[in-house]
Amino acid sequence: MEPLDGNAIAGLLREVFGAEMTTAVGTCAACGTTGQVAETVVYIQAPGTVMRCRHCANVLMVVVTRREVNCVDLPGLVRLTPAG
Amino acid sequence: MSPVTRGFHGRRREAAGERGRVPPGQFVTQDFPVLSAGPTPHTPLDQWTFSIRQGGDTTMSWTWQEMRELPAEDVTVDIHCVTRWSKLDTRWQAVSIDTLLTQVEHQARYVLAFSDGGYTTNLPLADVTGGQAWLAFGFDGQPLAPEHGGPARLLVPHLYFWKSAKWVRGLELLQEDEAGFWETYGYNMYGDPWREQRYAGD
Amino acid sequence: MAGTAVRGRLTWETATASAVRDETPTVRTIEFELPGWGGHRAGQHLDVRLTAEDGYTAEREYSIASAPGEPVAITVERLKDGEVSPYLTEELRAGDEIEIRGPAGGYFVWDGQDPRPLLLVAGGSGIVPFRSILRYREQTGIEIPVRLLYSARSLEDVIYRAELDQLSGGGVEVVYTLTRQQPPGWTGRSGRVNAGMLMEVAWAAGQQPVAYVCGPTAFVEAVAGGLVGLGYPAQQVKTERFGGTGES
Repeated sequence: MEPLDGNAIAGLLREVFGAEMTTAVGTCAACGTTGQVAETVVYIQAPGTVMRCRHCANVLMVVVTRREVNCVDLPGLVRLTPAG
Repeated sequence: MSPVTRGFHGRRREAAGERGRVPPGQFVTQDFPVLSAGPTPHTPLDQWTFSIRQGGDTTMSWTWQEMRELPAEDVTVDIHCVTRWSKLDTRWQAVSIDTLLTQVEHQARYVLAFSDGGYTTNLPLADVTGGQAWLAFGFDGQPLAPEHGGPARLLVPHLYFWKSAKWVRGLELLQEDEAGFWETYGYNMYGDPWREQRYAGD
Repeated sequence: MAGTAVRGRLTWETATASAVRDETPTVRTIEFELPGWGGHRAGQHLDVRLTAEDGYTAEREYSIASAPGEPVAITVERLKDGEVSPYLTEELRAGDEIEIRGPAGGYFVWDGQDPRPLLLVAGGSGIVPFRSILRYREQTGIEIPVRLLYSARSLEDVIYRAELDQLSGGGVEVVYTLTRQQPPGWTGRSGRVNAGMLMEVAWAAGQQPVAYVCGPTAFVEAVAGGLVGLGYPAQQVKTERFGGTGES
């Protein structure tokens, strides 16, 4: 499957963060680009969900669902702020 | 447990003829699914190298030409992905990792395979030697396609297939086990499909 | 409704399929009864979870096909080698229960608050969120002008054809392009959406339009690039990529 975008994990992120996250604004730790989660590059078929910066491909977030528990890591985000 | 959905079975589990060849929780596929965590790299062959690194230095390195001059073999193996698909009798053209490692003096107990695009995965040295692991450059008689890890990938069929790093560019030799990409995010450090070691702590 | 987040439950709820309707040979709409549903905005999504007897679960996200206020519905395309879509499009029947979580999404939503002309460009099953948007526009009597450019393989693959024909007029223009096969006597467009087609069909950049593009990744990126090439500011082009057959 081709890579998708942050819209594809709207439900997953809402459950993990307890807030609407597609409009959350994040800053990439590698290249400094700021943008909305909906516009990130998202891979959902791998062993986990991987979110990458659209500009530099740096890994921003990884979600691994292990037996119904979602484990989220934010290795590449300097900041992540839910909208409004 | 969530309520069972009437009529939903997931993918079919092993068929009668395959019993014993398919680890627990897996289903057999005739396809070859492409699972990626990042964009497909495209390193030109004239820039490709495979390196053995120790203590921060490159101890040994082969260009594509040099690697292809090493003795290679046809390997037919079953492969098992942690996302539950298994593919039987896959045919590869590959150089044994033993062939590469015997050219290096070392006392390593673990390796960390590293790939174009930043992917890594860790394995005990004992699991990439003794005829258990290869550097594979051909699949089914054709050059390995980029989407499946070409020009070359690691092939370690006795462990879950995330350990068979696509786009592999070398092995870091280590004294201690060091978590690679998926291992860092909660997957098992070893990954034996027969003991269903999918996640950390399994 | 503008600006308010609709807060659904963050947990899985059991829904009952109340009706199924085949839209095309490979696409089906499923309506649900879900007593706890708190409403949704046009363009939002929900997640479906299926559980096998051995406890194995599979989850997928779908765009909500119904407008706010209507019974919750999704439209699912059966994917070759799919795991969930064959179940939803072939096995599931009215009366069956499945788990649903939602709604979620805040980026690819349309509330009719922005008065600018709306361009919707859909590839294949990318039409689903636009059904929600167009039905919402019709329900509420919002008069914002809309152009929908919908790319499908053939007329048989056009989802919601009768509904879309019925929704057009009154400020909504629907343009189809069939990429693989056209019926005899077809006077509509053919071939993939390209810069030339966008130039003819899309609102001119000078009209300050807002664009939503939905479909397979390659389609979305080509169209979004084409719109920016026509002078649409990137922030006025919203994109949603679907994983699917990849052919539109």
